[in-house]
Amino acid sequence: MTGTHIQLDPQGRLRHFLTIEGLTHRHLTDILDTAESLRGVAERRVKKLPTLHGKTIVNLFFEASTRTRTTFELAAKRLSADVLTLNIATSSAVKGESLLDTLRNIEAMQCDMFVVRHQQSGAAEFMARHVKPHIAVLNAGDGRHAHPTQAMLDVFTIRRHKPDFPNLRVAIVGDILHSRVARSLIHALSILGTGDIRVIAPRTLLPAQVENLGVRVFHRMAEGLCDVDVVVMLRLQRERMEGALLPSEQEFFQQYGLTEERLALAHPDAIVMHPAPINRGVEIDSRVADGPHSVILEQVTNGIAVRMAIMSITLGHHARSAGEEA
Amino acid sequence: MQILIQGGRVIDPAHHVDQVADLFIAGGKIAGLGQSPAGFTPKQVIHAQGHIVCPGLIDLCARLREPGQEHKATIASETRAAAAGGITTLVCPPDTDPPIDEPAVIEWIRRRTKAAGQARVLTLGALTHRLRGERLAEMAALKEAGCIGVSDGGRPIANSRVLRRALEYAATFDLTVFLTPLDAELGHGLAHEGAVATRMGLPGIPAAAETGVIARDLELVRDLGVRVHFGRLSSARSVELIARARAEGLPVSADVSVHHLHLTEMDLVGFDSRCHVQPPLRGLRDKDALRAGLVSGALSAICSDHQPHESDAQQAPFGDTEPGISGLDTLLALSLRLVRDGLLPLTTVIERLTCGPAHILGRDLGHLGIGAMADVCVFDPEAEALLEPCNMRSRGQNSPFIGWALPGRVMHTFLEGRIVYQREG
Repeated sequence: MTGTHIQLDPQGRLRHFLTIEGLTHRHLTDILDTAESLRGVAERRVKKLPTLHGKTIVNLFFEASTRTRTTFELAAKRLSADVLTLNIATSSAVKGESLLDTLRNIEAMQCDMFVVRHQQSGAAEFMARHVKPHIAVLNAGDGRHAHPTQAMLDVFTIRRHKPDFPNLRVAIVGDILHSRVARSLIHALSILGTGDIRVIAPRTLLPAQVENLGVRVFHRMAEGLCDVDVVVMLRLQRERMEGALLPSEQEFFQQYGLTEERLALAHPDAIVMHPAPINRGVEIDSRVADGPHSVILEQVTNGIAVRMAIMSITLGHHARSAGEEA
Repeated sequence: MQILIQGGRVIDPAHHVDQVADLFIAGGKIAGLGQSPAGFTPKQVIHAQGHIVCPGLIDLCARLREPGQEHKATIASETRAAAAGGITTLVCPPDTDPPIDEPAVIEWIRRRTKAAGQARVLTLGALTHRLRGERLAEMAALKEAGCIGVSDGGRPIANSRVLRRALEYAATFDLTVFLTPLDAELGHGLAHEGAVATRMGLPGIPAAAETGVIARDLELVRDLGVRVHFGRLSSARSVELIARARAEGLPVSADVSVHHLHLTEMDLVGFDSRCHVQPPLRGLRDKDALRAGLVSGALSAICSDHQPHESDAQQAPFGDTEPGISGLDTLLALSLRLVRDGLLPLTTVIERLTCGPAHILGRDLGHLGIGAMADVCVFDPEAEALLEPCNMRSRGQNSPFIGWALPGRVMHTFLEGRIVYQREG
């Protein structure tokens, strides 16, 4: 619904990557297949492809991030692009420069792509509406709205373990209300035809009418985790206690923390995912995070290949053919 | 000066008039309807055949941005826009900078308005000092200086004890209290709490942020008997609460902004910051209930909730933009669109734009009786035009209705018998 018109060109190809909502099954499988072909690059002696040689990519981070920023940087470098990262949370925005002025200034440096993270929902779409036509905008997280590259790396990881989406049961657990990861993942899973998408959380951490997104709502882990193939745990921010959304971390862990006992309710082959960074002992027990079901570190690795795929596709070079050349 | 407005369809809801007739103006007052008063020799004749002649519109909520935000608009620029929109009376809430909490500000606004000479500007004084919701403002002095009521100025008073005392004190001086019903804490958010806000990841404002406050305030009114007007309702349930209270005879009234009669949460899709308003645009059911509330009379007035902005104010991600729509240019047209779409009778719409708000203000305005102030709007109901920034008169061009085909074209506006606007060409 949101953003479809602006992130696609008249032929329906991705020119920006702002949200999963409104994309087709074909868009998603293209990205996943491309990422699959790029995954091998990291294992080579020379971890580089010439795909984006001569292109300049600017990471604009208005909000702190380590993992997302570094994987975007690495993805760009492995495609031979020049990368510049600006942590605007600590620079000009503080001096009162408007987002549009920041945008115009960096645009004047002749770049080809912006990777944007911003605390306001809709910020990436706002930038996409205002950049020059040759510049692509990738959303690296906007407010509570979307984190589409994270969703793509999540479904990429799921597909490597459990490719049969129609027969898949996925549970997303925790702070759905504030989570752009959850929103984007729900859309991606829906588009891929996932049979059963569940959210598990107390009512204070669920947005209004969340079931309209196509999920089943559970308030108890014992019911929600039953027979699921994938458990996605979300990070719980400490400030939720101050907002009177939860009484304490302890009670949250007691009710919604993922422990080995609870995981036993899921399918015996279930995988456990988390967008990281994890809060051990708050949303997930260390034995589960580090245990045999966990694919959390694999998600990080996959994040690079998926972001390489999205960068190549939006900049108009089909990475699969570039990969064959190399 | 004597003026004859000839051959128009005169609609004066206060006197149940709807007929083709001549309207006679003399000495700034209405001198006659239908029959020429004795010795009337018009200096000017306005040919109004095919046009509607009605009282000048009264807008219960218009931010003129002066004093304090002259980079957005001025009293001169906005009263000019009002005149071009057929509006002759504007009510200015007290959230100027400095706020209207001392007589000097009222006096200053009066002088600026007089210098502009385009519309009547009535001021609402602050209920509390600096609108902070802590200490009472000097309401008696504000009344003596000419304010027509007192208000929270869009910043609801969170402290119930302060509010109750403010209501009591206002009632002491027979002042109507204009409240903005929104819970200070629950009202934190950017969009109506519901499926659309959930999808867009915008923090939600539940309808209870409005209804909860109205319910409490109605109980205070019941205890104190003070006159309260609720400005800019947004939800279906609020209309119900007000309708019931009025049926019980409580001295309360309410208005609705014209944009809430046309837009819903769906208009936010695509993060359209021009639809960023407070209270938020709600669901389809709410919009329908607000329209029905106008028909039933639960809602007594339609206002523009005019909030002009410079273009930079809305050039940012949704949550970083300033809320509000520039509405003076479109108040009449959007109201007429409800008539064109068969939702409301023309006379009802005109009533809610003229004597409805006049009654709330307790002023002898908004009608065309003999001896009344000759505030008159003459418009062509058949004309239709696309709204474009270049034909907006307000300094603020922040309108989500740009590109809409809007009915109604104001031909002449009279303020106290003087032409303040006439359409050229």
